Amino acid sequence: MSDTVKLTYQVSHEDFTRAGEASSDVKRHLKKMGFSPEVVRKVAIAMYEGEINMVIHAKGGTIDVEISPDDILMVLKDVGPGIPDIEKAMQAGYSTAPDNVRALGFGAGMGLPNMKQYSDEMEIDTKLGVGTTVTMKVYQG
Amino acid sequence: MTVKELIEKTGFRVIHEAGNTAETTVEKAYCCDLLSVAMSRVPEGAAWVTVMSNLNTLAVASLTEAACVIIAEGTAIDANVAAKAKEQDITLLSTELPEFDAALLIYNGI
Repeated sequence: MSDTVKLTYQVSHEDFTRAGEASSDVKRHLKKMGFSPEVVRKVAIAMYEGEINMVIHAKGGTIDVEISPDDILMVLKDVGPGIPDIEKAMQAGYSTAPDNVRALGFGAGMGLPNMKQYSDEMEIDTKLGVGTTVTMKVYQG
Repeated sequence: MTVKELIEKTGFRVIHEAGNTAETTVEKAYCCDLLSVAMSRVPEGAAWVTVMSNLNTLAVASLTEAACVIIAEGTAIDANVAAKAKEQDITLLSTELPEFDAALLIYNGI
């Protein structure tokens, strides 16, 4: 593996039909670059959950991904409502997703816990009424 | 058991058969309808049985590298879901059986 690869994706609000496209694309890149199946799976799950969160809760946003030989950095930045209580949001099973989202099979309150579980580093920077930036890192080995 | 053999043995209805069914091995049967849970739990190479039939089901199947998806209980499959399975070349099957019975059929075949 050589240099750092930088990728940027736009995520649109409430477009469930396209949710997962960014994660799938990153997954393709990682596979092609020879990352282990475990690393690919971790990144795919962490990023897909983040992507879905942006579709459900935020008014869309941007995902920047930097793939370097040592780690994969994902920065998910939205201009949504912000998270009022991060501690609660991090609890498995706690959800504020609306019914239409639950009908699709989401909203089980597993998004942030899954992101935390499948990334090696995670940081949430949120401001009410301004937006949320989630930064995640998955190590190569 | 390969996905091709699974199709032959179970008689599940084929919505789309991917090009690699003869080479893809079914490692496990797995049931779950909550996509948030399935996303982090579907084992690689699983025959995933669910009643949740939407585009996100396919996204989760693709990201987790499930061997195939079986829509149980005769749940209707929209044309756009069938089209997406074809586009992404994901084996999508359906059955009138409940999830447990469908998974048991797969389990017994493995």
